[in-house]
Amino acid sequence: MLLRRTLMGVISAAALVATSPAAFAQDEIYIPLISKGFQHQFWQAVQAGAEQAAEEFGVRITFEGPDNETMVDRQIDMLAAALANNPAAIGFAALDSRAAIPLLRQAHEAGIPIIAFDSGVDSDIPVTTATTDNRAAASLAADMMAEAIGGTGQVAVVAHDQTSRTGIDRRDGFLDRIAEAYPDIEVVTVQYGAGDQLQSTEVANAILIANPDLAGIFGTNEGSAIGVVNAVRERAATGVVIIGFDSGLAQTTAVREGIMTGAITQNPVGIGYETVRAAVAALNGEELPEIIDTGFFYYTAENIDDPEIAAVLYE
Amino acid sequence: MTAETQEKPKSYLAQLIDTGAHQRLLAFASLIILLVGFSIVSPNFMQTSNMIAILQATSVNGVLAIAATLVIITGGIDLSVGTLMTFTSVTAGVVLTKAGMPLPLGVISAVAMGAFCGLCSGFFVAKMKIPPFIATLGMMLILKGLSLVVSGTRPIYFSDTPGFDQISRGSLIGEIIPSVPIPNGVLILFIVAIVASYILGRTVLGRYCFALGSNEEAVRLSGVNTDRWKMAIYALAGAICGIAGILIASRLNSAQPALGLGYELEAIAAVVIGGTSLSGGRGTILGTLIGALIMAVLTNGLRVLSVAQEWQTVVTGAIIILAVYADMARRRKT
Repeated sequence: MLLRRTLMGVISAAALVATSPAAFAQDEIYIPLISKGFQHQFWQAVQAGAEQAAEEFGVRITFEGPDNETMVDRQIDMLAAALANNPAAIGFAALDSRAAIPLLRQAHEAGIPIIAFDSGVDSDIPVTTATTDNRAAASLAADMMAEAIGGTGQVAVVAHDQTSRTGIDRRDGFLDRIAEAYPDIEVVTVQYGAGDQLQSTEVANAILIANPDLAGIFGTNEGSAIGVVNAVRERAATGVVIIGFDSGLAQTTAVREGIMTGAITQNPVGIGYETVRAAVAALNGEELPEIIDTGFFYYTAENIDDPEIAAVLYE
Repeated sequence: MTAETQEKPKSYLAQLIDTGAHQRLLAFASLIILLVGFSIVSPNFMQTSNMIAILQATSVNGVLAIAATLVIITGGIDLSVGTLMTFTSVTAGVVLTKAGMPLPLGVISAVAMGAFCGLCSGFFVAKMKIPPFIATLGMMLILKGLSLVVSGTRPIYFSDTPGFDQISRGSLIGEIIPSVPIPNGVLILFIVAIVASYILGRTVLGRYCFALGSNEEAVRLSGVNTDRWKMAIYALAGAICGIAGILIASRLNSAQPALGLGYELEAIAAVVIGGTSLSGGRGTILGTLIGALIMAVLTNGLRVLSVAQEWQTVVTGAIIILAVYADMARRRKT
């Protein structure tokens, strides 16, 4: 009895939380965005951009993603639940695009346009992909690293993972650019810290211990870059140039303090905004390009407060 | 609390009704109430496609929860079910994609690998006397690491094994009755449940499973080789994890080596919602199945209602506490 009553309570509470008018209105345009995560600041900035566009175009969005980026099957469950809600279009940032194809095909057959965001989907089902050109962005990071260390010396990479598209593209974009343009720079190692601050700290610590002459480290996402900063602080390793990726308060502070030379920022607000804008455009029958490049910037202590940069940084 | 499992004369049916029937009724009623409640609040909830999505989402967690139930009834705990699932799916990936073996061999190898790893856990617990929590915690990490090592940290795709994705995604039922395309993964979950239920209720292994959880010392003193039976149960649970490994790999058409951590806790949650006691000696597969369904219905329903994700987690946690509290309150009365 107790359980029954409390369950009823939970359901009615859930109904209240659920902004019930939205659940009933069938005529409004509903666009669920299935992301790779929701707790990370990066994703919250994407969500903010998506909400901004939703307001502008008068559509309703929801934004969710699994607890961490390994939960491929949970993301597929989310996609299935989103499909049940009669969406007009779906925004999807695939953790493993091949695993999601049967459901995406189902959506496609039901005439629901799919907008890929952040990372591409290996399929022609999405009408477009709103994403950063991660290779080009990491290549810019390599140029900035070379400039900061004077075109010669040893560098290392702390990457977030070796399986995701962004992980591979950022690593290879950096390595390829160094190999092709800077023969005097040696990449001594590439290590992976799962984008986790603590793990990346340990990884960077080990790199610093093993390579006392290291001139610079590139951290390929927020967690990796902060890990590198932590390690350099802990080891008081002066003279190591750090180039980061993305933003977040810890990283922007490190850039302001000068411990991090600079970082590449994507435009997460733009990714969210462009995803919803593209969905609305697709619903209106407009032609869309295959890829919508949402852009990237390099920021340092000098330009961090420029309006153009400040607008795409998140805390 | 364990008397019913030790009294021989009662029939299997009578035992079933005795052991936790109330809890199952309660859990079942909650499940129905959740289903009805969500259907009233959201018109999109009660659709065939969404019900199938819920069942599909239950299949992997359900099978893992069944494995966890067996170990929990013995008074142990298995924290390695999630990463063992991952490791067996990677094993199938290596056998099928890298070695190019035929499909049945891939399935058999995954189940056999599951049984072997389960046997190892059982050995640590029974022979080396390591507490189950620690032994399986160690196993959880070993298997997580091995999954990454064996796969080379990359997902292994089954694109070269035609029919592999049909193990979970295909629908034999749908071919016979096209209006209810229940995926094979769900069918497999129910088959595993029926077999596990039979083993628990009707075989010597099942009887020792309950007996070990109730009073291991008494069983040992009566001359039973408890170590051997305990290892057998861990091995059986491991083999069931192997089935879960095939299910998830088939559903994703790939073996994802990084996945698996956290799945053991969801499996244990389903077990306790279903009325199995964490102190051992008591539990049912049917209860676990209902527990897994409750979790899937709750997650899906809150999603369909567009409840903020942070709150979904809060609600799930609250439900676990309520379910166990209700069970204990009822037990104190009787």
